[in-house]
Amino acid sequence: MPRAYVPAAIARQPWRVLLPLAMLVVFGGFVLYSAAGGHLQPWALTHVLRFCVFLALAMLIARVPQDWFKRAALPIYAGLCVLLVLVELIGGIGGGSQRWLNLGFMTLQPSELMKPGIVLVLAWFYSVLPVGETRGWRAVAPAAVLLGIPAGLVMLQPDLGTGLAISFGAVVTMFLAGLPLRLFLGGVGAGLIVAPLAFFTLLHDYQRKRVLVFMDPENDPLGSGYHITQSKIAIGSGGLFGKGFGHGSQSHLDYLPEAQTDFVFATMAEEWGMVGGLFVLAIFAVVLRWGLKVAMNAPDRFSRLLAAGMTTTIFFYACINLMMVMGLAPVVGIPLPFMSHGGSSMMTNMICIGTIMAVDRWSRRSGSGLA
Amino acid sequence: MARQQLPMSSARLTDTFNRRTFVLGSAMGGIGVLLAMRLGYLSIAQNEKYKAASESNRVNLTLIPPRRGWILDRNGAALASNRADFRVDLIPDRVVDADKTLATLASLLDLSPDKVGDIHDKLDKSRGFQPVEVAANLNWDKFAAVSVRLPELPGVVPQRGYSRFYPTGATVGHLVGYVGPASAEDYERERNPLLITPGFKIGKDALEKYFETRLRGVPGARRVEATASGRVVRDLGTREDVPGKPIQLTINGPLQDYASRRIGLESGSVVVIDCLTGDVLAMASMPSFDPNSFSDGIGRIEWKMLSDDDHVPLRNKVLRGLYPPGSTVKPMVALSFLEAGLDPNASVNCAGGLRVGNRVFHCWNHRGHGATNMAKGIYQSCDVYFYHFAQQMGMDVIAAMAKRLGLGQEFPLPVAGQSYGTVPDPAWKLRKYKQPWAIYDTVNATIGQGYMLVNPLQQAVMASRIASGLELMPRLLLDRHAPQPKSMGFKQEHLDYIHAAMNEVVNGRGTAGKARLPIPNVQMAGKTGTAQVVGLNIGNGKGGLWKHRDHGHFICFAPFDKPRYACAVAIEHGGGSGAAYPIARDVMTFLFDPGKALEVLEGFEKQWGGNVQQRMAARYDAYAAQYGASAPKAADDAQVAQEVAAENKPVPEPTAAQTDAAPPPPEPTTPEPGTPAQGASPRPAPGTAPAPATPATPATSGAQ
Repeated sequence: MPRAYVPAAIARQPWRVLLPLAMLVVFGGFVLYSAAGGHLQPWALTHVLRFCVFLALAMLIARVPQDWFKRAALPIYAGLCVLLVLVELIGGIGGGSQRWLNLGFMTLQPSELMKPGIVLVLAWFYSVLPVGETRGWRAVAPAAVLLGIPAGLVMLQPDLGTGLAISFGAVVTMFLAGLPLRLFLGGVGAGLIVAPLAFFTLLHDYQRKRVLVFMDPENDPLGSGYHITQSKIAIGSGGLFGKGFGHGSQSHLDYLPEAQTDFVFATMAEEWGMVGGLFVLAIFAVVLRWGLKVAMNAPDRFSRLLAAGMTTTIFFYACINLMMVMGLAPVVGIPLPFMSHGGSSMMTNMICIGTIMAVDRWSRRSGSGLA
Repeated sequence: MARQQLPMSSARLTDTFNRRTFVLGSAMGGIGVLLAMRLGYLSIAQNEKYKAASESNRVNLTLIPPRRGWILDRNGAALASNRADFRVDLIPDRVVDADKTLATLASLLDLSPDKVGDIHDKLDKSRGFQPVEVAANLNWDKFAAVSVRLPELPGVVPQRGYSRFYPTGATVGHLVGYVGPASAEDYERERNPLLITPGFKIGKDALEKYFETRLRGVPGARRVEATASGRVVRDLGTREDVPGKPIQLTINGPLQDYASRRIGLESGSVVVIDCLTGDVLAMASMPSFDPNSFSDGIGRIEWKMLSDDDHVPLRNKVLRGLYPPGSTVKPMVALSFLEAGLDPNASVNCAGGLRVGNRVFHCWNHRGHGATNMAKGIYQSCDVYFYHFAQQMGMDVIAAMAKRLGLGQEFPLPVAGQSYGTVPDPAWKLRKYKQPWAIYDTVNATIGQGYMLVNPLQQAVMASRIASGLELMPRLLLDRHAPQPKSMGFKQEHLDYIHAAMNEVVNGRGTAGKARLPIPNVQMAGKTGTAQVVGLNIGNGKGGLWKHRDHGHFICFAPFDKPRYACAVAIEHGGGSGAAYPIARDVMTFLFDPGKALEVLEGFEKQWGGNVQQRMAARYDAYAAQYGASAPKAADDAQVAQEVAAENKPVPEPTAAQTDAAPPPPEPTTPEPGTPAQGASPRPAPGTAPAPATPATPATSGAQ
């Protein structure tokens, strides 16, 4: 872009990633437009508007100096933990599980914000941890506590998907922070032992059922397996080029559950086919690659971990959601970033983008050069 | 790498970070490739499969039950037709809360408690996929009331369609049968989705069952695009059903109706056969069930009503009732004598009885008939004449003639089954009871008692063959191009002799003077018969317990000199032939002058408390008032089928040699009280118009 014609503030933005992202969001808008039966309301318009609002927010975040991030990390984390407890209390009083707080103008889901929140606090923790301690227990125990509190609270809600997302972001940040490899290998090993136990003791009935059904969806075609089966039918029936815009029978006739949120990819693939699916995958590849590149080029440990952690959070969302809709993972309520309709998820993902943009800015400031 | 030994440094950590980030990136890339491959697998490799699945989701195919073929009488009037109606069914699999749904439906449709109970029973019994009928023949308001509440009533299917309609109701019940929802067994046998389509019914009995494939037709189909919850988005097209083919019967509809009604309060049957072709013009068995209400499903009250009735309304007495024919066999026996060369003028003196071996067989008229030749033997129904000459001619002659005229025979008819009874002969008795034929067996058989058992259809065939001299085969399906029946090969003068004697029975010095037709120039010939049910040591056959009264029979044809119609009437426990011949007279009258016959019938029906429908309705109301929903559960269809089959099982043949009609040692009692009223005074019956059918005026003879 020729710098002479655009203001510096705009020209500085990482357009190579924001433009593809905008394309993905607008594409998502089209899909939502069709899912609403050819109407902008109630989904498509708010989807695009939200993106614009949160893009502005991301740009604001991108201008925040690194110091502020570091100083705010612990208070933000603590504040989110308080909100999680609050949600738990209100839910307890209301007699049922509740995941959000009604703020009047919007509903806030604190567990959503905890996904970037945990990455931020861990990045801060490892940046203040003396380098020499990285291989010792002092590098593990506090991080485990920092992760344990919110993850435990979210699982209590119960919200398995978000709990896993928070844990995944945190574990990957710890991995990148250089903790001993044997910890993770051991963790995987322990997981293999604990998972079956947890499956039979910790999981709720409906969660257990979902896992069972995932193993064999045809076993229960009208119950929980219904979601997976219908989603696969939608994707599979789209073929290479899809049934055409506005002609997806699965979504229009309500066979596809949650066609505008968790299963938006299936809605899309039915009408746009494999070509549309590859387009979505490609844009995620561009965004994630950019995130990791920013992380590797970041000037210091804090920003490196921050950028990589945020990228991982976005990746986890997309990966689990796509695996779910294609029948590779059990049904967990995780939306597809930038395409699914939903304010909380859009906000979380744009905060991640904004944070990575901020890291990108810091590296340019520090003059360590662009790749 | 020996990391432990090296001091940790910022540079090393950055190095680790970069390496691990590369690993992370590779893992992300790997998963990305995996997802792309999965996407390709689903949408390219398995595209066909999922396309089909999506299409079957999108398009809902609803079968439209075909209109059933009509059943017509010989003149083209409907015995079974279809009428458009609104109906509501339940599909148990889709019902969420059965009790709540039923309560809502009960209030919308004004269902009575016993009806609700019936539906509950059916829901309990049905397999989930079988639709259960809630109500049929609804008016538009009720139908609409259910339709608007559909969103809160999952599993409820209101629809407009066609239901079976039998215009004459109970009078064709046994002849035509009825329809009902397919049973689970039917569905398993046929695996046809039509069978579990709400509103579809299959033939359950008689002609409806026999001609199921012909009557069924081909279902139509409606293709709609529907949402997952079943809301129709748009019509994709409708294929009309192909109605089933009609069948046309030989039955004369009005005659069938008349005959059934004329049986009145009795338990009995009437068969009318066309003497030129063998066409069965009427085949009435009463009391019966109303196929209209059977086809709507058999409710508990109706079931109790039918089970309580000792007149076995579920048995088709024409085909399944077996009776000793009594004296109605005498013209047949006489014909066998003639054909075997006996001179009709050969006489015997009847002194009221005849010694056979060491015991005396009595004539029904203990005072005796005096000198009796063949004609008098028939019109006076003199037993001694037949005792005497039967011994002379031998049982084989009689048995051969009985079989030739149709007794003991099964006819090729489209019916569920026939009980064909027994025509005994020496070979049969040896085979069956390992006992030699005795002379008193012949004596018994010759007056239609003892081992001899026949059904009313056989009696009618016998009458028609004697009347016409043609080898008539009874037919139910109309075939206007059927070949002419062959002659039986009897000498015409023999037939004329028998006809004259039978004419004398009605129009002369015979036993059924009151059976004279009130039609000028048409004379009816006939023969009475009374068959004993229990030994005289239990009852005299006239009064007392209904179950112990004699059966009454009458066979006849008219006009006697140019036979056109033959008829057989059998009245169970009628107390003698006096219960049978007035019915035969009126049915025959109907064939020649319907107006006159109907006038008589209407007079009777006033005494009986209305016509068949009105009487059944009154009875139903009484039961409903008495038992209401507390009546025991109705049988389901399978049970009803069993019950009907049980009713229609052939009467078991006696296991022991049974001779109690006239057993050798006991007191001489030949039960042939024959004709009531004029038993003793065989004057030509008074020429008065048909007297009301008096239930057997006390027979002077029997009392003696």
